[in-house]
Amino acid sequence: MNNNSSGFLSWIDRRFPLTDLWNEHMARYFAPKNFNFWYYFGSLALLVLVMQIVTGIWLAMNYTPNSKLAFDSVEYIMRDVPWGWVIRFMHSTGASAFFILIYLHMYRGLIYGSYKRPRELVWLIGACIFVLLMAEAFMGYLLPWGQMSYWGAEVITSLFGAIPWVGGGLETWLRGDFSVSNATLNRFFAWHAVLIPILLLALVVVHIIALHRVGSNNPDGVEIHDNEDEDGIPVDGVPFHPYYTVKDLVGVGVFLILFSLVVFFVPTLDGWFLEPDNFVKANTLKTPPEIKPLWYFMPFYAILRSVPNKLTGVLSMAASIVALFVLPWLDRSPVKSHRYRGALYQLGLGVFALTFFVLGFMGSQAPTPAHADLGFRFTELYFSFFVLMVIYSRPRSKGFYVGALIVAAALIFGLDWLRVGDIPVDIMLRTWWIPAVYWAVFTILPLFTRLHIPGDVPTRVTSR
Amino acid sequence: MRVLLALLVCITSLVPVLAGAAEGGIKLRHMSVDLSDQASLQRGARIFTNYCLSCHAARQVRYKQVLPGLGISAKEMRDNLMLPGRKIGDKMTVAMTHKEGKRWFGVAPPDLSNIERVRGADWLYTYLTSFYLDPSRPTGVNNAVFPKVAMPDVLWELQGLQKPVYKTVKDADGKTHKVLDGVKVATKGRMTPEQSDRMVRDLVNFLAYMSAPYQQKSHLVGLWIILGLILFTISAYFLKREYWKDVDH
Repeated sequence: MNNNSSGFLSWIDRRFPLTDLWNEHMARYFAPKNFNFWYYFGSLALLVLVMQIVTGIWLAMNYTPNSKLAFDSVEYIMRDVPWGWVIRFMHSTGASAFFILIYLHMYRGLIYGSYKRPRELVWLIGACIFVLLMAEAFMGYLLPWGQMSYWGAEVITSLFGAIPWVGGGLETWLRGDFSVSNATLNRFFAWHAVLIPILLLALVVVHIIALHRVGSNNPDGVEIHDNEDEDGIPVDGVPFHPYYTVKDLVGVGVFLILFSLVVFFVPTLDGWFLEPDNFVKANTLKTPPEIKPLWYFMPFYAILRSVPNKLTGVLSMAASIVALFVLPWLDRSPVKSHRYRGALYQLGLGVFALTFFVLGFMGSQAPTPAHADLGFRFTELYFSFFVLMVIYSRPRSKGFYVGALIVAAALIFGLDWLRVGDIPVDIMLRTWWIPAVYWAVFTILPLFTRLHIPGDVPTRVTSR
Repeated sequence: MRVLLALLVCITSLVPVLAGAAEGGIKLRHMSVDLSDQASLQRGARIFTNYCLSCHAARQVRYKQVLPGLGISAKEMRDNLMLPGRKIGDKMTVAMTHKEGKRWFGVAPPDLSNIERVRGADWLYTYLTSFYLDPSRPTGVNNAVFPKVAMPDVLWELQGLQKPVYKTVKDADGKTHKVLDGVKVATKGRMTPEQSDRMVRDLVNFLAYMSAPYQQKSHLVGLWIILGLILFTISAYFLKREYWKDVDH
C-alpha cells in the first residue's frame, strides 16, 4: 500500500491509522534476510491459535458443560453433528500441534539467543504465553469428561494442595468443590473458553508489538539495524511483506499437510494425542491403573515425579518453568547465536534438547523407583544447563572451573544422600555417572581445550 | 558432536532395560481391521446384535449410523438386526439397567460404543478367543487376558469350551512356575476353530467400525485435502522463489 491511495483508504486513514499499522508491522517492517527453518514456527503458532479459537467456537455450539452430559455431548459432536468429528479432531490435534510449534519456537529462541538484550521482554511475554497455554490445555482436557480428563484434573489440582498454608484453600477454590466435580467442569469451561483465550490473544499482540519495537533476531545474532543505508533501511533486511508472508505460506502448506495426516488418518496418534482411557466416561469411583498427562506435560510431570517429596517435587516443577523467566539474566554472554558460542556451549544446547526428550519419555513410563531415579538424573541435567549458562557467560579462571566441578560433585552426592530411603541405593549407583559425566565434560574440557571460547561474531549476516 | 552421540548411545541402551518390565498375561493375537470388507462387517453386526446387544449397550450409536459401512438398506437392518419396535434412528440401548447389571454380574457390562478405541482390536480379538474353563469362577469360566472376568463365555456354543494350557518358566531366583500360555478347545462347538476365529474377527471388525463410523469418510476426505494442500504448497514454493529471486542471500 502506498501513500497516494484510493479515496476510501484515505478516508479510513484520517480516522484510523490503517496504512501506518500495515506499514509498521508488515510492509515496512524489516526482518533479517537470513531466517532459516527455525523461523517458521512463530507464524505457524499464530495460525494454530486462530484455528483453535474457530474450532473451539464451533465445538462450544454443541458441547454441554455439565458432568452428567459432557461426555455424551462430545460423542454427539463426534457422531451426530455433521463434520463434528473433523472439528473435534482439529481441536484435539491442534492442541498437540500448538505445543510442538511452541517448543520449537522456544528452542529457536534458546539457540540463537533471542532472549537477550534488547529482547528480554519479548522472551518474558512469550514465557507468560507458554504458561497460559499450559493452563489452557490442562483445562480443555477436562471438558470431554473422560476417565483421564477427570483423574488428570484430580491429580494436577491436588498439586496446589501441597503448597503450605494456602494450598488447601487454593485447591478447593480451583475445583469449586472438595473434589473435581460439576462445579469444576463449569469453571474450567468458563476459563478455557473465555478467560484464557482473551489473555492469550492480548499477550500475543503484546508479544508482536514488543518484537517489532526491538526488531527480529536471526541465526547469526547480528543486529541488522546496526547496518542501515542512507534511507535508514537495514542492508541485511527485507520487508516482512511480501518476502516473509510468501515464505511463511510454504511453511503453512507443509504444516497443514502434516496436520491433516494426523486429523484424517491417525487422530489419536496411538494414544499420544488422545488417550484411549478418555473414550470412557469419567467414573469417580474407579481410578485408572495409570494416570498420566498428555505428552506435552510429560517432561514437567517427570520432574515432579522424580523428586521423592511432594512439596519439593511441586517446587522443582515450578522452578523448571520459572527458570525460563530468568533466562535473560542467567546468560550474560555478549554472543547471541550458538554459531559463535563455542563447541561446548553447542553441546550443552544439544544435551538440553535431549534432556527434554528423555524427561518426556520418563514421564510416560510407569512410576517405578528405577524410572524415578532416571527421571531425577535428567532433572539434574535440566537444571544444570541453566547453571552452565551462568558459568559460560564470561571467561573464567581455571580455578573457577575446578571449583565448579567440586561443588557439582558435592551437590550430586548430597542430593543422592537425601534420596536414600526413597530410592534403593543400588539403583542410584547405576546412574550417578549421568550428571557426573555432564559436569566433568563441561568443567574439565575448558581446562585443557579452547572449545568453550566464543568465536568472532560477523558484523553482517552470513548466507548459510 | 561425537560426545553427544556417545551420550545418546549410553542413554538409549538404558531404555530397553527399563521398558522391559512388561505386563503379565499371554501375548496378544494380532488381527487387522478392514472396514472395506462389507461382508465381514455384516457378519460382525449380526453377532453383535445377537450376542452382545442384550447385556452391553452402545448408547452413543444410532442404528442408522452404521448403515453406510454395512452397505445394507434401512429395511434390511430392521428385519435382520433390530428388535421389533425399535426405530432406525434409535440408539443401541438395552433393557437391563446399570443397577441390574451390577446385581447380576457383580459389575455393570461396559458400554461398547467406543470399546475398540479403548482396548484396541488385538486385545478384543485375543480376549474374545481366550475364555477357558475354571470351576473356581462363579460363571465357570475365566479369561487369559482379563483374569477374574465377570462376563460369562457367551460365544461358547459357537466356539466350544476351552481349557487352559500352561507352560513352566524359571524366574530370576531359579524357581519354576506354571504360567498360563493360552487356551485350546476341550469340547467342540458348532464352529471349527478357524470358523470361530473368523467370527470373532468379524465381530471386532464391526466394533472397530462402530467406534469410529466416520473413519472411511475421513480417509477419503483427508486424501483430497492433502492432495489440494500439496498443490498449494508447490505453488507457494514457486511464488516464494519468484519473490526472493532479487534478494542476495
